[in-house]
Amino acid sequence: MDKTINNKAWFLVLPVFLLVAFSAILPLMTVVNYSLQDTFGNNQFFWNGVGWFKELLDPSTDLGGRFLASLGRNLVFSAVILAIEVPLGIVVALSMPRGGWTVAFCLVTLALPLLIPWNVVGTIWQIFGRPDIGLLGYTLTSMGIDYNYVSNDVDAWVTVIVMDVWHWTSLVALLCYAGLKSIPDAYYQAAQIDGASRWAVFTAIQLPKMHRVLLIAVLLRFMDSFMIYTEPFVVTGGGPGNSTTFISIELVKIALGQFDLGKAAALSLVYNLIILIVCWVFYTIMTHAGTERRPAEGGA
Amino acid sequence: MDNIAWMAWTLPSAIFFALLACTLGVMTWLAAAYPEAERVGVLRIPTTRGDRLFISLIAAAVIHLVWIGLVGTDAIASVPVGEESFEISSLWLASAISLASAVAIFRTV
Repeated sequence: MDKTINNKAWFLVLPVFLLVAFSAILPLMTVVNYSLQDTFGNNQFFWNGVGWFKELLDPSTDLGGRFLASLGRNLVFSAVILAIEVPLGIVVALSMPRGGWTVAFCLVTLALPLLIPWNVVGTIWQIFGRPDIGLLGYTLTSMGIDYNYVSNDVDAWVTVIVMDVWHWTSLVALLCYAGLKSIPDAYYQAAQIDGASRWAVFTAIQLPKMHRVLLIAVLLRFMDSFMIYTEPFVVTGGGPGNSTTFISIELVKIALGQFDLGKAAALSLVYNLIILIVCWVFYTIMTHAGTERRPAEGGA
Repeated sequence: MDNIAWMAWTLPSAIFFALLACTLGVMTWLAAAYPEAERVGVLRIPTTRGDRLFISLIAAAVIHLVWIGLVGTDAIASVPVGEESFEISSLWLASAISLASAVAIFRTV
């Protein structure tokens, strides 16, 4: 079949291109420019070459130490919340009803935390965890548990992690539920005829069929947790000390607190590069996961 | 020029972005003039020229950062220009490695 080639269609992309130019490309270029210079304000810049990057990648300097420490904290945070949210999301999805009015009830209830803005979630948990007036903090203190997220590192971490799990497990659960709903009944009937156990049904049917949605869930949760800012900022403000200062919080401190635009620009470019690489790897796995499996399945 | 003073342009970054824009322009022209099919290389994923350029650019960024972090940017030679001498940073070696890796990526990935 002959295709009509009409390059005029490219003009339709022009508005989007202009929008992206102003919202992303020009700011990114500016960040690159800033990362090579130093400024004391008033639009006066002094050439610094790759000096900020050298400092950033050298753990013995203040900037490098802070960057590597916050990067480490961020990676640990992402790993912990993925390790909790993904299995928990699968369990929630598996225990959800498959039909009847309870489905709608479960879906709406699960979707509720997702609809709450980040800063509101932060405020809710900040009050919830307070030992004097917060339900959680007061209850724990009454039970004799010494809980104070303002002064104790572990408590601050637990609070931030539990808050993220509360906020985002629903997303994983809803995605998994969508994956489970797409499995035809014939698979379950075949498993029943074969006398497959519950565990065998999960590992041989449900998990492989959820494979793609799980990849999407992992990608979304990793990106979100790696870029997390508002919730820990509202709850702990990065403290106690620097214990919950993640990269984005560190970045804002450097850029707006200290007004070190050069350092902040270098940090944000490296941060951006890490996110770009992780995104690309996940995207590549996601788009090619199905295509690689198909010939193997066909040959089996 | 006052209108774009906030962008703090420098000659090196302007040259960098101009080269990047030229590369994208050439890639667009190549895609229109000599359309090519995807091919599967050492990564075992189908890639187009654009994918390979993207991987090359990311690799170049990582190579430069690793070089700055591990080797540094000391001068490796100085070229006399008139009265003054112009020092060549060792970072240019990272650029050479990036270029070589880009060639390798375009041929094998």
